Amino acid sequence: MTQFSVPWTSRKPRFGPFGRLLAAIGKGIYAVATPILPRVALLIFLATLVVTPLLVWACGELFAFTLVAVGEASPAGQPDVEWGAPSTWGLPPAAIGSVLTTRATPAAGLMKYVVWICQFRIVRDLVILGAIFALFCIVPAFAIWWERKVAGRIQSRLGLMRVGGWHGWAQSAADGLKLVLKEDLVPAGADQALFRAAPYFTIIPSLCAFVALPFGLLWVFRELDSALLFILAMLGVEVVGVIVGGWASNNKWSLYGAMREACQMVSYEIPLGMALLVPVICAGTLSLVEIGKQQTGGWFSWLAFTNPFAFAAFVTYFIASLAACKRAPFDLPEAESELVAGFMTEYSGFRWALFFFAEYAAMFVVAALACILFLGGWNSPLPAAWGDSITTVLGSAALARGLKGVLFSGPLWLLFKCGVLLYTQLWVRWTLPRIRIDQVLYACVQVLLPLTMLLVLGTAVWVWVSMSGSAGWEWFARIVNWILGLIGLVFAAGFVVIAVYGFIHRRPLVGYLAMDPLSGA
Amino acid sequence: MLTIGLMHYLVVAAVLLCGGIFVMATKRNAIGILMGVELVLNSANVNLIAFDRYLCRAGIDGQILALFVIVLAAAEAAIAVAICVNFYRVLATIDVDRATKLQG
Amino acid sequence: MGNQEGGTSKPRRGGVSKPRPGGMPKPKAPACCGMGPLAPQRAWRRCACPCHPGAHRRVAAVVLALAVTLAGTGGVAMAAGETAGVVRGEQPGLLEAVLFYLVATGVVISVLGICLSRSVVRMAVWLFVTLGLVALLYFLLAATFLGAIQLIVYVGGTLVLLVFGVMLTSRSPWARYNCRAWELYGAGVVCLVLLVSLCLLLGRAEWVGTQATTPGVPVARIGEVLLSKYVLPFEAAGVLLFIVMVGAAHLARDTKK
Repeated sequence: MTQFSVPWTSRKPRFGPFGRLLAAIGKGIYAVATPILPRVALLIFLATLVVTPLLVWACGELFAFTLVAVGEASPAGQPDVEWGAPSTWGLPPAAIGSVLTTRATPAAGLMKYVVWICQFRIVRDLVILGAIFALFCIVPAFAIWWERKVAGRIQSRLGLMRVGGWHGWAQSAADGLKLVLKEDLVPAGADQALFRAAPYFTIIPSLCAFVALPFGLLWVFRELDSALLFILAMLGVEVVGVIVGGWASNNKWSLYGAMREACQMVSYEIPLGMALLVPVICAGTLSLVEIGKQQTGGWFSWLAFTNPFAFAAFVTYFIASLAACKRAPFDLPEAESELVAGFMTEYSGFRWALFFFAEYAAMFVVAALACILFLGGWNSPLPAAWGDSITTVLGSAALARGLKGVLFSGPLWLLFKCGVLLYTQLWVRWTLPRIRIDQVLYACVQVLLPLTMLLVLGTAVWVWVSMSGSAGWEWFARIVNWILGLIGLVFAAGFVVIAVYGFIHRRPLVGYLAMDPLSGA
Repeated sequence: MLTIGLMHYLVVAAVLLCGGIFVMATKRNAIGILMGVELVLNSANVNLIAFDRYLCRAGIDGQILALFVIVLAAAEAAIAVAICVNFYRVLATIDVDRATKLQG
Repeated sequence: MGNQEGGTSKPRRGGVSKPRPGGMPKPKAPACCGMGPLAPQRAWRRCACPCHPGAHRRVAAVVLALAVTLAGTGGVAMAAGETAGVVRGEQPGLLEAVLFYLVATGVVISVLGICLSRSVVRMAVWLFVTLGLVALLYFLLAATFLGAIQLIVYVGGTLVLLVFGVMLTSRSPWARYNCRAWELYGAGVVCLVLLVSLCLLLGRAEWVGTQATTPGVPVARIGEVLLSKYVLPFEAAGVLLFIVMVGAAHLARDTKK
């Protein structure tokens, strides 16, 4: 032992002035918040839950109003200001103000500046991108909390109960904070640049998939003609981050996990894509907005129920998406008992959080795809035709639009359906045992692949016969539609009934475990 | 300069082509040479789609041809990787400079 | 080994020396590495001087540089005066130009990365970046279907295949096969000459046709054409893929029985 390196504990950290300022602000917030926060935390959380959709709705209304107002204010008088208006430095606030006063908008003086800034497409785009990014951050956080609660309940225990007071709702926030504050650890033998870059190769495609994902008829950032293919492409690109992360860790368990993971994800892309071909054949388009527009007729017009092949394709797609998102029972690459943590073994702190977020965001994206393609998307089970009379009943158009959005079609319905599918994914994970890698590949190549090929063939034949327009076939198709819709209704109703029954009788069912939260939580 | 014309895309394709040729000429790893081949095929695709966009009114032939090029490139990469794996099994190395068994 | 009971004052070979009366020797702090804020992280442990600010400052410096560059570019573009129309969405010219230059620069950098990297896995990662940026080029050329196909087939399929090939054929993760220097310079010169002459030649050609004013082709049209005008190549490609699947599986089969 000839030379010691200076142990890191003996060096005192020295914060710069900016760091000291941040620490002082943090201390102040902590001192103020500690007495009141436990009491109002739940209130703040619920208020945020209610205020956020209202804020999003208000933004949508503002942007729509902006387009109309600026269209009226522009000299050419064209309704659509995006293309073809005169090329000046935007419209001045005075011109917008005059339009607002003619339309008798309240607070025209202040509104004209808001509308002025909103007329620039780049401002609108940035606001929408911010909302998408916020959704991208919130959905995995919520899914992680929900997963731990569901896991607990399935395992006859309570799950998260302590952090934040009411059922541990703040656990995700606390976990996020902890992960950000962890040490930035890169193994000495790892490929430094690739190790750092790998999480970004996985998370950027996850985020890009939200660009083409429609949440409602007009609630899509960019309406792409081949949106479905774009989202499939983004899900397929995530494999590269996994491989690079596993290789760069310089760890044989990471490498094995990464290779198995890549093999599984790439293999299951085939049944995934082919199962998605079935509703595309039924609808005749790759555009998700168009497919959503074709399912506005209520429960029985949803694509999963029009066609026995589409029903089977929905189930097949769900299974293939579980494998593509490396969720149980296909989570061999992450199996703790076998490969430590698979390709994520050497990742800790924020990098691990990025991988984790990408996984849950991909879960949400595949659930959203299933909802849009099979389960009617943003349409409610009530036919949209029943809602046409609302505008005449209510006076204001904005309120009528809002009510229609809640009842008949709107982003909340898509989020609700995604929630149901997400719950099913969590439920399956904590119920079924893990299967081996050879069983995984057997299931893909020898079961799902021939099945999806048969489904595509069957759907093509069904649609071709339907296009011939014979009356007998129409009756047959309608009867099949009713039968499938009723089967779906039975499943959904059964789900709700069992859940309600289990909740009402939870004490006899769970027994002594169903007790009140611990004091001091 | 601010309006993107056909020439811009042709220059990008030329860069891809020359990069691919450089990689094919200098790498000794067989899979590395394969990557050069992919670069050359990509440059051809960029050319096809750029010409289709700028010179064909309501054109689609360039995109269809590029689609077939992508498909064939994937097929050829599969066979080439299989050949490389066999090469590795026979010679226990992937260095193409060691492929001298057929030298007279 | 010397006789220890004799009590000689000869120093023993091997084994630990007696502890000195002053206690363990204090470790000498190594001299400052002199690299300042650009020192890599592993140097921090060795150097005791406080000349290495934390990573957050490095990140802040990089972010500031990027922000200044972007702001500068944006400022220049705004000053060019064409931004109003583009910002309001009328003329897609400037935004498309900025995006094209960014993507094209990225393509050039990543091609250089492929050419100059020494390890095959690094080359594969640079190839991933190149293929992704070429897909972005396809999106800029209004060929969204082709861009998505490029990402699915090339990046998600061919690249993964290449990486599997690299893993299956590597003796050690750090093996490098370098070519001789004259090969490198010769190939570099030839490729540069080729590039320059291609650019000059293409610049002088007169392209007969219209400029890009047509909107992108809808996907339905591609499907129609594939099944009407190009049905023979379509079916032939299907047969070819089948042959390739069988052939590759056969070629790469395990011959040890």
